Amino acid sequence: MAETKILAFVCNWCSYGGADNAGGMRLKYPADVRLVRVMCSGRIDPVFIIKAFERGADGVIVSGCHPGDCHYTAGNYHARRRFAVFRELMIFMGIDPRRVTFSWVSASEGGKWRDVVSETVERVRALGPFEGYRGLTGRQHG
Amino acid sequence: MGELQELARKLLADGAVKVVIGYEEGPRGVRPAFITTPKDADRLVFDERCVHNLTMYLTPTRKHIAALGKPAIIVKGCDTRSLAGLIRQSQVKRENVVVIGARCGGVLKDPSVKAAIAEDTVADRCRGCTIREPRLVDHLVGEPKPAPPGKSLVDQKIDELDAMTPEQRLAFWHEQLSRCIRCHACREVCPNCFCVRCLADKAEPLESSAHLRGNMAWHMVRAMHQAGRCVDCGECERVCPADIPLRLLNRKIARVIEARFGHRPDDDPESTAPIGSFQPEDGQEFIR
Repeated sequence: MAETKILAFVCNWCSYGGADNAGGMRLKYPADVRLVRVMCSGRIDPVFIIKAFERGADGVIVSGCHPGDCHYTAGNYHARRRFAVFRELMIFMGIDPRRVTFSWVSASEGGKWRDVVSETVERVRALGPFEGYRGLTGRQHG
Repeated sequence: MGELQELARKLLADGAVKVVIGYEEGPRGVRPAFITTPKDADRLVFDERCVHNLTMYLTPTRKHIAALGKPAIIVKGCDTRSLAGLIRQSQVKRENVVVIGARCGGVLKDPSVKAAIAEDTVADRCRGCTIREPRLVDHLVGEPKPAPPGKSLVDQKIDELDAMTPEQRLAFWHEQLSRCIRCHACREVCPNCFCVRCLADKAEPLESSAHLRGNMAWHMVRAMHQAGRCVDCGECERVCPADIPLRLLNRKIARVIEARFGHRPDDDPESTAPIGSFQPEDGQEFIR
């Protein structure tokens, strides 16, 4: 039974294959994670992460191809710069960076995918549900 | 007639430009002016109340201004970095604008009242000014002035925030951002916000209501979209009716980018943008 909701954005070419590989290898990992397949980690806008938290995710995994392996040559390099900055922004805004995992998982790394998910789930379960973010809609003025 | 007014008059009379974008006296301090006839050139003023970054009027999204014809624009040293950014991002062609650089000794914190530049009257963004002589210009007017006094308080505030616990930081931002009414003045005044259709004007993905959750999202997204492009002209913070310290976000990101990628916004239209380029050896200690 899943205790938390983790949304994972995975690239089509490596990390989705990695997750598939984990399935093919019959590896077990917690069912807290839901996958969203995108074409490239470079496609993952930081606003996706914000949106995930708004809509009830307690944690987010962002995963793409290892540097040098990008199907589009450089998408993951661009993503790396963007997320390096976004992570610092989250920290500066007071959002716990332990709720977001960035990883490189190749299509043959089913084992690594299991580890990434298991570690993230463990961390996020310890932190508890992210009510503090999604519950911010109350009347805040005056 | 002063040097600036004479130059503007000549540019208009010769037909070199159709409009001079500058500053004129308004009911509450100076305001942006669009001078289209030579006889109006004497309305132009330039002094320490000229806080506006006029380069935002050059973006193609401002169709009503583009319709006036070829512009000349008055820029301070700091504004030339915005202009360089617009050229770099293919929003402005250098040859399509006549740039009049005005030597500046800093602008006022409160531009509605005439005052001399001093430690307590100067705008914080002017402290530590790096462009004393604008380079990206066709004409340069005014006498050289001393550098603005004092040290920026923004960096100090960022250090204070960095030293806090995450909960304290979150509380700080909740307090600040709960005041946001989502008027988007910060966007409207920004030379970098030239998207034909802004993410904030769509139903998705940003929540448009002015509640804290939507405000957090908007300000994070705004800061991210400015990453590597913001020149810290401070106009967003100046126009904010809710006094949200937006420069903290912009400046924080600029510091991260400088530390990680060694990039600093400059007035060179040829330089590379840090977000949108990469080095294979960029740091990835945060990636599993």
